[in-house]
Amino acid sequence: MESPGTEILTARERGLVACRRCAKVWPMGRDTCDRCGSALHSRDWRSLQRVWAWLVVGIICYIPANLFPMLRTTMLFNTSESTIVGGAIDLATHGNLGIAVVILVASVVIPVGKFLAIGYLALSVRRPERLRPKQRHKLYHVVEFIGRWSMIDVFVVAILSALVQLNFAASIRPGPAAITFALSVIFTMLAAISFDPRLIWDKSGSERTTR
Amino acid sequence: MDAGPHGALDLPLDETIACPQCDALYHARMPQEGGRMVCHRCHTVLIAPKRNAYLRVIALSLTIIILMVGATVFPFLGVNVMGFSNKASVLDSALAFLDGGWMISLSVFVAGFIVMIPVIRAAMVIYVLTPLVAGRGPWPGARAMFRWAEDLRPWSMAEIFIIGCAVALTKIVSLARIEFGPAFWMFAVLVVIIVLADSLMDRWTIWKALEQKS
Repeated sequence: MESPGTEILTARERGLVACRRCAKVWPMGRDTCDRCGSALHSRDWRSLQRVWAWLVVGIICYIPANLFPMLRTTMLFNTSESTIVGGAIDLATHGNLGIAVVILVASVVIPVGKFLAIGYLALSVRRPERLRPKQRHKLYHVVEFIGRWSMIDVFVVAILSALVQLNFAASIRPGPAAITFALSVIFTMLAAISFDPRLIWDKSGSERTTR
Repeated sequence: MDAGPHGALDLPLDETIACPQCDALYHARMPQEGGRMVCHRCHTVLIAPKRNAYLRVIALSLTIIILMVGATVFPFLGVNVMGFSNKASVLDSALAFLDGGWMISLSVFVAGFIVMIPVIRAAMVIYVLTPLVAGRGPWPGARAMFRWAEDLRPWSMAEIFIIGCAVALTKIVSLARIEFGPAFWMFAVLVVIIVLADSLMDRWTIWKALEQKS
């Protein structure tokens, strides 16, 4: 409680365990919340293992998502394939700079930023004194909020492939990158959801005990 | 808004609330309707009751289900290039990956994210809130239902799909003439209603009601 300015008492400091779902508090030692039926953990250190596991599969899936084509476009008798970055460059050279930026932000900047942010947060809770918790919690909030928006590119592929089916004049089919990209987004979302943000607020290793 | 950190020391557990994001303890006091109780250090909204919330959320959820049926059945978008034309519904977009092999699983995900999960969530919320509005005890399984409805929240992606439409359309607008079907407008309204319904729901109030009336 020596944090400057505010004097905040946590449930853990008072010997209580709080339910992360319905915010009810119970005496320490209880393992399920009677109100909503969730499992109770004062601090979920095991959650970090899940965070790392999901994050690693997420990163692995992101590699083929960038190497393989996202779209296969057939116009008359020419078939062309485009990857995520290739497609964005195409758009930019055809004058659609704004959309190219949206695609690049949603499919490259956000996913890579998320990998870094989740990795950093998971490492930072081991030595919490390095950056003020307020900023780290804000980072967590942003990651949790923004992660789903990477799905845009998958939906674009879905809409284009359903819509552009015009015999031999033009047709668009999804490429294998669509699925690995979707999986990468899903896995990183699971990584962010698994993280227990209360770890951010605990002061140095001293509170790392029990459960 | 009063949440004296010292007051939290010796309150009965029933009147205590812990911030689910940072574990800070507060005296749980229902703010006025439209007011909010916010965690002092991480600014998470803890309690935010709204006037007539249950009834409005039920009405909005019913609207979501009805609009979604319309939005999936009616044509969504159409294109016209050199005399060739094609129309697609929302369901067609989801099923665009039914090429066989692993792609099918992507169809399942997309259909789930944009159609099934929003509808399932709306149905669950109606199931949980209807008996509360009528002033009765919750129906069996209401807690599990509300738990799932909350867990599914980040996976409901209708609003992302509509932005995806905007991006897809600008990609082909120079190549083809585009027609907007009735489902497109239904889906646009649907997105607004989903956001509205979620913003009206106050978790803490609902959990408290489920606890007291069971």
